[in-house]
Amino acid sequence: MNKSILILKREYLTRVKKKSFIIMTLLVPVMMAALSILPAYLATMDDKEERTIAVYDPTSLVLDRMESNKFTKYHYIPKQEYDALSRNFKSGKYYAVLYIPENILTTNRAEIISDKQVTFDIKNQITNRIENIIEGEKKKQIIAEIGVPDLEKKLAATKTNITVDTIKLGEEGKAVRSSTEMAMIIGYIAGFIIYMFVFIYGMMVMRGIMEEKQNRIVEVIISSVKPFQLLFGKIVGIGLVGLTQIAIWIILAFGIAAGVSTFAGAKAPQAAAQAQSIMAGPQMEQLAASSPEAHNKVVEVIGMIGNLNIVFIVFALMFYFICGFILYASLLGAIGSAVDSDEDAQQMIFPVTMPLIFSIIILFAVAKNPEGPLAFWTSIIPLTSPVTMMVRIPFGIPVWQIILSMVLLLATIFGTIWMAGKIYRTGILMYGKKVNLKEIVKWLFYKN
Amino acid sequence: MEIFQANDIVKEYVGHVALSSVSISVKEASIFGLLGPNGAGKTTLIRIINQITAPDSGELFFDGRRMKANDIYQIGYLPEERGLYKKMKVGEQALYLAQLKGMSKKDALKSLKYWFEKFEIQAWWGKKVEELSKGMAQKVQFITTVIHQPKLLIFDEPFSGFDPINANLLKNEILELKKKGTTIIFSTHNMSSVEEICDHIALINQSKKILDGQIDEVKERFKSNTFEITYKGESDNLQEKLGSHFDILDHDTDSHLKQLKVKFLNGNSNNDLLKILMTQFEIVSFKETIPSMNDVFIRVVEENNRETK
Repeated sequence: MNKSILILKREYLTRVKKKSFIIMTLLVPVMMAALSILPAYLATMDDKEERTIAVYDPTSLVLDRMESNKFTKYHYIPKQEYDALSRNFKSGKYYAVLYIPENILTTNRAEIISDKQVTFDIKNQITNRIENIIEGEKKKQIIAEIGVPDLEKKLAATKTNITVDTIKLGEEGKAVRSSTEMAMIIGYIAGFIIYMFVFIYGMMVMRGIMEEKQNRIVEVIISSVKPFQLLFGKIVGIGLVGLTQIAIWIILAFGIAAGVSTFAGAKAPQAAAQAQSIMAGPQMEQLAASSPEAHNKVVEVIGMIGNLNIVFIVFALMFYFICGFILYASLLGAIGSAVDSDEDAQQMIFPVTMPLIFSIIILFAVAKNPEGPLAFWTSIIPLTSPVTMMVRIPFGIPVWQIILSMVLLLATIFGTIWMAGKIYRTGILMYGKKVNLKEIVKWLFYKN
Repeated sequence: MEIFQANDIVKEYVGHVALSSVSISVKEASIFGLLGPNGAGKTTLIRIINQITAPDSGELFFDGRRMKANDIYQIGYLPEERGLYKKMKVGEQALYLAQLKGMSKKDALKSLKYWFEKFEIQAWWGKKVEELSKGMAQKVQFITTVIHQPKLLIFDEPFSGFDPINANLLKNEILELKKKGTTIIFSTHNMSSVEEICDHIALINQSKKILDGQIDEVKERFKSNTFEITYKGESDNLQEKLGSHFDILDHDTDSHLKQLKVKFLNGNSNNDLLKILMTQFEIVSFKETIPSMNDVFIRVVEENNRETK
């Protein structure tokens, strides 16, 4: 046992002290943060250019109703100036000219004249504004025609936004507000994290074992410790490297989030809204604009995350990460011990990791329908369960399914560890022999 | 006294027998040569001694009692296929390997310091193994093999990869360790080094031990009663004069000093031959031809292979 800890320590320290590990561990969260913050930041930065737009409005509909802001000013011009400008645009110092035709109420068309393409933002801004004005104008006309008092207010009151609350009934009949979307997002992320880490760190175990075999150091070591101790120390040591990385990422993620919200202060929600509007287009802009409502939504979302039983999800994440890792690490480790070269390893990796890859392919389908037979069976079968069960858990699934999945996974792990130990013991001392699956199966029945 | 003994060791792999009823016994503070052609079963036997694999049947004794699991801390093993972690620093790695052999960190550091000074390689301590040449790495491996002062050392082809100077250094270290009371099992194909340093040998061929004994006794056993004589002067009809008791194998009269090879056919003493020859010419030298270990090896293995065919 003592020796296993010594091995574990070496496996852990040599990897954690590696430059590539340190850089990856620190850089990835920073890059993720940068990727999410940068667009928002750039959005606040951009468009500081002052532009004056000439407005020629023979209808007088929009007259003095185009709202100038800090950078975009509207200047109303008479016909002569408009004529001059349309002949020679350069003569005026305008960015663009907005022309509201007489028949705008029937054609719904206006014109922006410029010597270059106007920006998307400006065009949006103008379009939205004119739309509002014309809509209001049309409404006003109808209301005047019908002559019902306070019709405008009454119509405004009919505007509805339906929210369907999903409420989950707990065991004691306690109603809990939940969110399907939130469960899906968390499940998706959790499943993906497990897939990524099991794959990366499982491969690391395999490469570590191959390195020892190719370096020819393995025989020296197993003359001091039992092969199983070496395998054990390696798998646990590398697993801890993975956990360390996850832990650092979580801490950094919280740290960066906290840092951003304190430093950016009030600017942050605005920036976020702007970032959203860039991605989602003008509709979102209006949605995000109603600030107090958005704030309520945030509180609601936080409440819903709280209702998701975070403690259990984190426990399950740890359980399925550790078990999934050990499962695949022992299988990949067995391969690493059996082969001599990287090329031989490549051929054998695929059949072993196929269930894992399959589980990531069906990830979306499972998240969409966590109750379906595909989701059920893949979350029970041990080779796929670490990923798919993690997707299902945030939705709240029957306890017996979770227990069955966990028990089967644990049983399989004992099986694969036993198998890997057997293959490993024979494989690491086998040089210059092209192994196939039949040969490896034979090793399982070797006596010591 | 025997430090190590193996009795009737049998080891079978699926489809082939690696060792069939092999017994060896190794005396304390001696150098035991374990010889045999490739694939004879030497490595299997060495792995059994190191408890890397277990025999199917047979008994192992260490220090006068049955071998226990933690006897491996009394054994140092330098395998034929040997290496180090390339990316790890020399000192760190030596420390790690010493600790795996059960040494405390403090003892290991002290002992490593002694050996690094002795080999004058202190400057390598912080270097990565990949920066070392093969010979340099071999020195580090040697140190990590002997660092925990084992009672029994097993060297499998220790000289491969060493230049003559370092091979000589290593040989002297091995002899010094023997002087201090360490027992050494030495496996090699290099017969001249066997002759130089081994006290006792065992020869394994096709999974069986076919020869065992003190090295001079083995040579004695295989000598062919042949003598080489160098002389000055003339000699005619020598075979007639020698009579039927002696057989001339070779007679080289071309140069000033003439060479003669004579085989004894039955129990004559050396003096009988000398008496006859002394009357013929002036004898410059007279020596018995002792077979080299190389000759013995080839002869025994070839005979054995013929028999089993």
